[in-house]
Amino acid sequence: MSLLLIVLLPLLGAVLPLLTERFGRNICAAVAVAAPLISAGLIISQLPAIFAGDIPIFHVPWLSNIGLDLSLRLDGLSLMFGLLITGIGLLVIFYALYYLSNKDSIGKFYAILQLFMMAMLGIVMADNLLLLIVFWELTSLSSFLLIGYWSYRSDARKGARMALAITGGGGLALLAGALLLGHMVGSFNLSVILSNGELIRDHKLYPIALVLILLGAFTKSAQFPFHFWLPHAMAAPTPVSAYLHSATMVKAGVFLLARLYPALAGSEMWFFIVTFVGLITLVYAAYTAMMKHDLKGLLAYSTISHLGLITMLLGLSTKLAATAAVFHIINHAIFKASLFMAAGIIDHETGTRDMRKINGLWQYMPQTALLAMVAAAAMAGVPLLNGFLSKEMFFNETLHLKSLGLFSWTVPVLATIAGIFAVAYSWRFIHDVFFNGKPVDLPKFPPHEPPPFMKAPVAILVVLCLLVGIMPNLTVAPFIDAASAAVAGAELEPYEISLWHGFNLPLLMSFTALAGGLLLYSQRRGLFAFYERGFHLDEKLVFEARVQRGVRASQWITNTLENGSLQRYVAWFVGFTLVMGVVGIWPLANMTGTRPLMPLDGVSVIAAILLIAGSVGTVLIHHNRLASLLLLSVVGLIVSLIFVRFSAPDLALTQISVEVVTIVLMMLALYFLPQLSPRQSGTLRIIRDIALSGAAGIGVTVLTWAVLTRPYETIAGYFLENSVSGGGGTNVVNVILVDFRGFDTLGEITVLALAAVGILAMLRTLQLPNTSDPRSWAREIYPPILAVLARVLLPLALLVSAYIFMRGHNQPGGGFIAGLVTSVALILQYVSSGLSWIQERLRWNYRSVAALGVLIAALTGCGAFIFGYPFLTTSFTHIHWPLVGEFEIATAMVFDLGVYITVVGATLLALAQLGMLTHPSRIKRKLTEEIA
Amino acid sequence: MEALVAIAIGVMTSCAIYLMLRARTFPVILGLTLLSYAVNLFIFVMGRLSTGNPAVIGSGETYPDPVPQALVLTAIVIGFAMTAFILVLALRARVELGNDHVDGNQEGRT
Repeated sequence: MSLLLIVLLPLLGAVLPLLTERFGRNICAAVAVAAPLISAGLIISQLPAIFAGDIPIFHVPWLSNIGLDLSLRLDGLSLMFGLLITGIGLLVIFYALYYLSNKDSIGKFYAILQLFMMAMLGIVMADNLLLLIVFWELTSLSSFLLIGYWSYRSDARKGARMALAITGGGGLALLAGALLLGHMVGSFNLSVILSNGELIRDHKLYPIALVLILLGAFTKSAQFPFHFWLPHAMAAPTPVSAYLHSATMVKAGVFLLARLYPALAGSEMWFFIVTFVGLITLVYAAYTAMMKHDLKGLLAYSTISHLGLITMLLGLSTKLAATAAVFHIINHAIFKASLFMAAGIIDHETGTRDMRKINGLWQYMPQTALLAMVAAAAMAGVPLLNGFLSKEMFFNETLHLKSLGLFSWTVPVLATIAGIFAVAYSWRFIHDVFFNGKPVDLPKFPPHEPPPFMKAPVAILVVLCLLVGIMPNLTVAPFIDAASAAVAGAELEPYEISLWHGFNLPLLMSFTALAGGLLLYSQRRGLFAFYERGFHLDEKLVFEARVQRGVRASQWITNTLENGSLQRYVAWFVGFTLVMGVVGIWPLANMTGTRPLMPLDGVSVIAAILLIAGSVGTVLIHHNRLASLLLLSVVGLIVSLIFVRFSAPDLALTQISVEVVTIVLMMLALYFLPQLSPRQSGTLRIIRDIALSGAAGIGVTVLTWAVLTRPYETIAGYFLENSVSGGGGTNVVNVILVDFRGFDTLGEITVLALAAVGILAMLRTLQLPNTSDPRSWAREIYPPILAVLARVLLPLALLVSAYIFMRGHNQPGGGFIAGLVTSVALILQYVSSGLSWIQERLRWNYRSVAALGVLIAALTGCGAFIFGYPFLTTSFTHIHWPLVGEFEIATAMVFDLGVYITVVGATLLALAQLGMLTHPSRIKRKLTEEIA
Repeated sequence: MEALVAIAIGVMTSCAIYLMLRARTFPVILGLTLLSYAVNLFIFVMGRLSTGNPAVIGSGETYPDPVPQALVLTAIVIGFAMTAFILVLALRARVELGNDHVDGNQEGRT
């Protein structure tokens, strides 16, 4: 459990600073410190167990089906990283309090920082490869936010975007590689993967998986040729650089290499790729770092170079390579974080990071200078400092390399050359900044020492450099033991970290580097001139150009495919559906199934002929809209007859009443639309459309035929058996609607009400432009005979709808149909007597009526909760009604009442709103507005 | 009978799709309505054809499949709601844009 807390506490900590920011910066920082502090304490509390060789594991099944479990582990490697992450994180929180100005939101900074911390802890502690990748992506996202913290700065946004694109792309490759790895082993559990190294390396997919995973690691750890995002990420505030770009995020890549070392390392491919990518990065970045005039640029390239060194060590796979790599990870994190913080102080106090301007700061800030000088010396690998120890181990390992045969000597030579550059740029950091004459027009002059607390984190780290450098065995040795045991497994060779190994080759290499570096620095002017003459690529410009090109390309594709023409979309849609249908039907051996056919009769043939004639006629005369609408209503009528013919009285009743409402509605709308459709389509277009629609029709015919002639299995049996006993009704269709599938019906009436409200919203503010041009469809607007007849019919129609409603549970009928019948009866009044006449007599707000219906239905469903049943459980009982006889009453009927009311409300809302458009009040209002 | 039903549904679908490919809103809405008839019928007959025995317990020996019927019943009502909505949308578009082309553009794009 405490393992889970270690990871989750910073997530909680991400919320607190946002809440406490308004109480002031100091309180905000104090709160922000809490979560990492507890996390660090929890990690330390596990120390004895881990040093004793235990691996605490936390496991909760999560999405076990896809192999993703919430499992965490805390082995030596996680322990070491966990302490670096929380420890340096705490120092950075402290440092940022003084670094960020009052204008920057410190709460936002701490929140994202802790989010990042959570993700980073998740990476190092995940015991499941998929979980690791989830956290991996989270670091990419949160680092994007951190790099772009000063979001008003263009370079910050561009740098953040570049970092996200590169590391995010690598993350995708990593995901693919991890999936392959899981496929090989059959589990995403790290413990299983790590113990199956042999199986993985012999698998035929190993090369692909390895390349993909290495892509993920190399992009994250800024290895050549993906290194360029890191220098541009320096647009981030310096605390972010100190944290992400020295100690944590860029280390995630090498962490992954170390984590998967037992599973992936040991093959020729691993050796060649990892070693040489590391070597190239090491030398190239060390050379470039020397040439950068920007303080943070120098540190960024130096970081890349050191990451290359660690990568190379992991690639070498010699006896103590893993140990040296782990050791250097710690050392680099410590000295580089302190150097970044020192650079931040200098930037803060002088207003610039250009080393051609910052000179001679020793006079102005001697304490900072001293700290920075010690840290830079550690970076250079000066004896008595931590950098010296791991660098010498590195030199020693390069000498053990035998795989390259006669050319094996090239590696130590190149390593020494990189060492020379490292000394040169470290010395440049010291000499250029603190000595080398006077400052040259600094934006802030004179610079002075920062507040003591801003220096404290630097001082702590520098003291650590010294302690590790002088007494390695008393300080870091147990951590390195535990971590390298986790990396190298049982193959770990005994070793000894000590300052003095006697006069040997590694020592000679170290001193060559020191002397060579100083010499190189003295020749710097020539070097700079040489560098300036060379060819330089501005990665940001190239990257932005490529992004722009990508954007343009996708825009072009989108514009070409999506030109805004509905006709084209429908055509594509139909065409694609046709293709899918053909693909589906093609494998059928024969179209006709084994089901016995139903004999044909004359009435059906006549109905079918009418139906076909109505459909085709609608199309043929569609330019005359009113006429084609009338033909369409013939089709609707026949459809309802088909329902009658094939034993679906409920459907027939619904269809016929909907038909009436629909046609009235469409005529109303047509009143405001042009009466004729212009003949616009060209011959080619018409041929294309006939071909498409003809093919679709043939497809549907074939499909229907194929289905209808085949026997099938149905779930109907359940509903037929349980309708009376479970739902208390004999009309199975209605019982399904209000009981078995009541939840669906609730959704459906909600949609109905929403559609009506949508219509209301669209029509409420609509002003018709041509209300002065009424259509003369009838001589008499309100024919008296129709009006009188309709009024007489109204009570009768209401009675019928009540009857249909009451019997709906047992006989064809129900809320939907009854509601539609009521609507039709009321609409008839609107048609025959006019809106004003109704409005005087019926003062309903249809919007509220529709809402009331949905509410009744939902509350009926909730009523079941009172009796401890799930939502929408029905109960029913039989009562005796005088005159009527045995009568059954069910809660489903109340639900059905809700349906009824919703249908009435929604239908009339839509129609009345549409009818309202011609109402005198609308027109009058418009006139008064015009006058005003 | 099965062939007749299949052909009728096919013809309705054809006509509906042809109308949906027109350039003006009103024929497109007619097409949608026609298509919803066709689709409702199609789903309904997925329960196979049977005559003279409504799905009311006690009315006969065998019963037709009530599930497609229940599905289609709500589909008819929802179809009405959607038709009404899209009609009003077309109306609104006509007023706002000054024409009733489906792309809101008198000439059309293609």
